[in-house]
Amino acid sequence: MFSEIFQYGFILRGFEAGIIVALIAPLIGIFLVLKRYSLIADTLAHVSLAGIALGLFFGINPILTALGTSVIASLGIEKLRVSKKIYGESSLALFLSGSLALAAVLLSLAHGFNSNLFNYLFGSIVTVTQTDVYIIALLAIVLFSVLAFFYKDLVYLTFDEEAAKVSGVKTKLINSILIILAALTVSLSIPIVGVLLIAALIVIPVITALQLRKNFLKTIVYAQIISLISVITGIFVSFYFSLSTGGTIVLIMLAIFVLTLLIKKN
Amino acid sequence: MPVDHSKNIIETKNISFAYGKEDVLKNITLDIHQGDYIGMLGPNGAGKTTLFKIMLGLLRPKMGTVKLFGEDISKFKDWQKIGYVPQTATNFDANFPATVFEVVAMGLSKKSHWFNRKTKTDLKRIATALEEVNMLPYQDRLIGDLSGGQQQRVFIARALVNNPEVLFLDEPTAGVDSATQNGFYEMLQTLNKNLGITLVLVSHDIERLTKEVMHIVCVDRTLTCHTSPEEYLKESESTNILGHKYKILPHNHNHKK
Repeated sequence: MFSEIFQYGFILRGFEAGIIVALIAPLIGIFLVLKRYSLIADTLAHVSLAGIALGLFFGINPILTALGTSVIASLGIEKLRVSKKIYGESSLALFLSGSLALAAVLLSLAHGFNSNLFNYLFGSIVTVTQTDVYIIALLAIVLFSVLAFFYKDLVYLTFDEEAAKVSGVKTKLINSILIILAALTVSLSIPIVGVLLIAALIVIPVITALQLRKNFLKTIVYAQIISLISVITGIFVSFYFSLSTGGTIVLIMLAIFVLTLLIKKN
Repeated sequence: MPVDHSKNIIETKNISFAYGKEDVLKNITLDIHQGDYIGMLGPNGAGKTTLFKIMLGLLRPKMGTVKLFGEDISKFKDWQKIGYVPQTATNFDANFPATVFEVVAMGLSKKSHWFNRKTKTDLKRIATALEEVNMLPYQDRLIGDLSGGQQQRVFIARALVNNPEVLFLDEPTAGVDSATQNGFYEMLQTLNKNLGITLVLVSHDIERLTKEVMHIVCVDRTLTCHTSPEEYLKESESTNILGHKYKILPHNHNHKK
């Protein structure tokens, strides 16, 4: 009965990209959530929007420019946080609104305030090209490998930064790696849920899985399962009912979260 | 491990430290020998934790030098020789999704694991460390579900997992009931006597500390004593001021982060 949906190339590409992103987002999300960095995802998403605007303005693939700007900004945010010259949240606000301002100016210059922009804000799998899928897949492999390699250090640092430092973990390096990986994840997720909804994709499956009170690895796996279910059903539902894909995915995630809370309460 | 009490494990020379303009430590010179069991005493804000952090390389002294195992701290690489249980260890997020096993595994010194794959030696080390603190049966429990005393033991196991030569414990018994404390100090004696691990312990419990440790070190911005527990007790009895200062120890933990 669902065969119709797969006749469209864009839907297939959407599924491919969606599944990759669904698996990657909780991997980064768990560290961001536990380190109380959740809002960094939102900030980097807005920075990515400035990157997209740059791409549209100069006629470069927006995913690539989004990647570049968010990685550079992530290092800037981390540097400001470590220097303690301004408060952590203030530096997030600075980058969030600053890049949104840049995006607004660039988009007006590029005459980009059209339906295209809407796709980037709320996600639209229609915009996913085959090249995008390859970029997403390649970066996902890189991200997964780096994460797997530094897994132990990342977990230790997230749990107790001071003790990790004494036991020889290079905390500065690991923190920088984490935030760069967050920037990559955010940029990769834009086509699926859009700039404004990325934080949800990274955070909600993780906080849902945390309610189940399992060990660290299991929590990651459960978050990935929740994320996969939401993305796949989200794409189906949004296709058949002509709804916003990103919005539908996030609402499904929220529904699973609320359901988990209710079940836990009983 | 054969213990050589004349061997210096940690040497600090003329350490001074300040937060901003306020001097926290002044001219601290202290050697810690292999096999020592040292109790560090001092009033709130006297700089005990700061001294710990300097010895562990978490803070850089304004003046003075620190040597670990004979090597200048800036060149020191053998961090697995040092175990540390921070004062804030039990201040972690109770919802953190880690089992006792996972917490202890964090301490493993080996740098890179692909997704934390553990060798047989790793697994054995974790089991041994948990056994040493009598927490092996709890290894699959979530750390947040344990009592404060049990958590403290797990953090000691994490510090023990690399077979360190010295263990730094910053107020390990804060918030632990006295029955649990007995078992805790017994365990520390075993670590010191049977395994030859050097122990440096910050605590406010003078009565207990003087019964347990080999040396008492008093820190109050400067090093105000470095003596045996017997001498310390004699001194504090004869000096009323000291006695007052240390016997009734008003202590709250609001200064914890």
